[in-house]
Amino acid sequence: MWRDALLVAGKDLRIERRSRVALNQVAPFAVLILVLFAFALDPDRGDVLVQAASGLFWVAVLLSSLLAVQRSAALEAADGVADAQRLSGLDPAGIFLGKAAAVAVQLAVLEVILGVGVVLLYNVHLSGIGTLVITAVAATIGLAAAGTLYGVLAAGLRVRETLLPLLLLPVVAPVLIAATRASESALTGLASAVAPADWLRLLAVFAVIYVAFGVAAYGSLMEES
Amino acid sequence: MDPVVHLRAAVCVLGRFPALAGIDLDVEAGEVVLLRGPNGAGKTTLLRAVAGLVPVVRGEAVVLGHDLRRDRRKVRRHVALLGHTTGLYDDLTVDENVRFWARAARTTSDPVEAQDRAGVQARIRGVAVGRLSAGQRRRASLAVLLVRDARLWLLDEPHAGLDAPGRDLLDDLVRSAAAQGTTVLLASHELERATPLVDREVVVVGGHAEAEATVDVA
Repeated sequence: MWRDALLVAGKDLRIERRSRVALNQVAPFAVLILVLFAFALDPDRGDVLVQAASGLFWVAVLLSSLLAVQRSAALEAADGVADAQRLSGLDPAGIFLGKAAAVAVQLAVLEVILGVGVVLLYNVHLSGIGTLVITAVAATIGLAAAGTLYGVLAAGLRVRETLLPLLLLPVVAPVLIAATRASESALTGLASAVAPADWLRLLAVFAVIYVAFGVAAYGSLMEES
Repeated sequence: MDPVVHLRAAVCVLGRFPALAGIDLDVEAGEVVLLRGPNGAGKTTLLRAVAGLVPVVRGEAVVLGHDLRRDRRKVRRHVALLGHTTGLYDDLTVDENVRFWARAARTTSDPVEAQDRAGVQARIRGVAVGRLSAGQRRRASLAVLLVRDARLWLLDEPHAGLDAPGRDLLDDLVRSAAAQGTTVLLASHELERATPLVDREVVVVGGHAEAEATVDVA
C-alpha cells in the first residue's frame, strides 16, 4: 500500500510540476479571493478585515481546494486511465493515499502563499506560528482526504464539475469552522474566547475519519466510477 | 489443462441492457482467437468482462483460474488490454508512462526494451503523450501492453490508428507472443488483417457466440 501510495503521489506531483495548474491557476484564484474579500469588506472600516482574516483565509483555502481536487480526479478520468488503473494491480488504498498526499502537498504550498497574502493584504500580525502550522496540517489532511474521496465518487458522472462542490462543501464545513476557530488568535493576534486545542481535536478526528474511510472505501468507489 | 478463458452462459448487463446474453467461450493457452461480428454485438464488452472490468452477473466465468463472479479484481494483474483509449497520462512523457505502469504492475520487464519492441521512436520517448499523434500514442499504449508481461492479451481493434509499418509490427508481436505461450483474444472488423493471425474465429452477434470456425493457416 505505501509503495503504491508513493508511486501515485510522485506521478501526480510530477504531472503538476509539468502542467503547473496549481501554480498558474489555483494559486492566483486563491489570492484573487483574498483581494475580493478585501475590497468587499473595505480595510478603511476599522479592523473588520483583521477580525475576519482567519475565516477568509480558510474560505479561500476551501474554495481553492475544490479546483485542486477536481484536477486530481480529472487526471484519472482521462482517456481510459481509470481502466488502466484498475488493471494495473495498484492497491486502491495506496492510490487513495497517494492522490490525497499529492493534493495535500499542493494545498500546503497554497496555504503558505495565502498566509503571506493575508499578512500583506489584511495587515494582520501573526502571533502563534506553532498553532497555525498544527491547524494547517490537520485541516489540510482532512480536506485532501475528503476531497480525494468525493473526487472519485463524482468522477464517473458527466456533471462532475458542478456536482463535486455540492457534495464536498457541506462535508468539509466542519473543517472550515474548526480551522477558523483554531487559528483565529494565532493568525490575527486578537484574543479569542475559545481555546484552540478543542478545535484542533475536531480537525484531527475529521482527518483520521476521512483517511480511514478513504483507505477502506476507495476501491469500491473506483469500481463504481 | 484448464482453458485460459472459460465462459458458460455468461451474462453482462450494461445499465439495463444485456450486452452479453449468455455467451459460451473457451480459449486454450497460447491460442489466438478472433472475435468478429457487427457493431454493438458485444465484442468490446466480452473483452472487458474477461479483463474483470465488467461484472458477469450470471453464468460461469473463469479466467486464468480466477472465478470472475467471486472476485474479478484478482485476474486484472495478469491481463493486458489494448482498447479504444490509450490509458496514458497526457502530461507524462511516453517513457514516464511506460515506467509508471511497469512499476504499478510490479513487472521485471525492461521499459526501454518494451518501447523498442513497440517501435516507439527514440525522439518521442521524452515527449508528453498529449503532444503525440494518434498513431504514436497507439505505439506508446502497445509499449505499456508489452511491459506488463501479461499472460492474456485482450486486443480491441488493435490495428486502428497504426500506419502500415505499425500494423506489421503489431502482427509480428501477436505471433511472437502466441509462440511464447501468451493467449490472445482479438476483436476486429479488419478481417483481412486479423484472420491470418488467428487460430480460430468466433462470431459474436447480439451478445451470443453464434458460430466458431477454425482458420486454415496455409
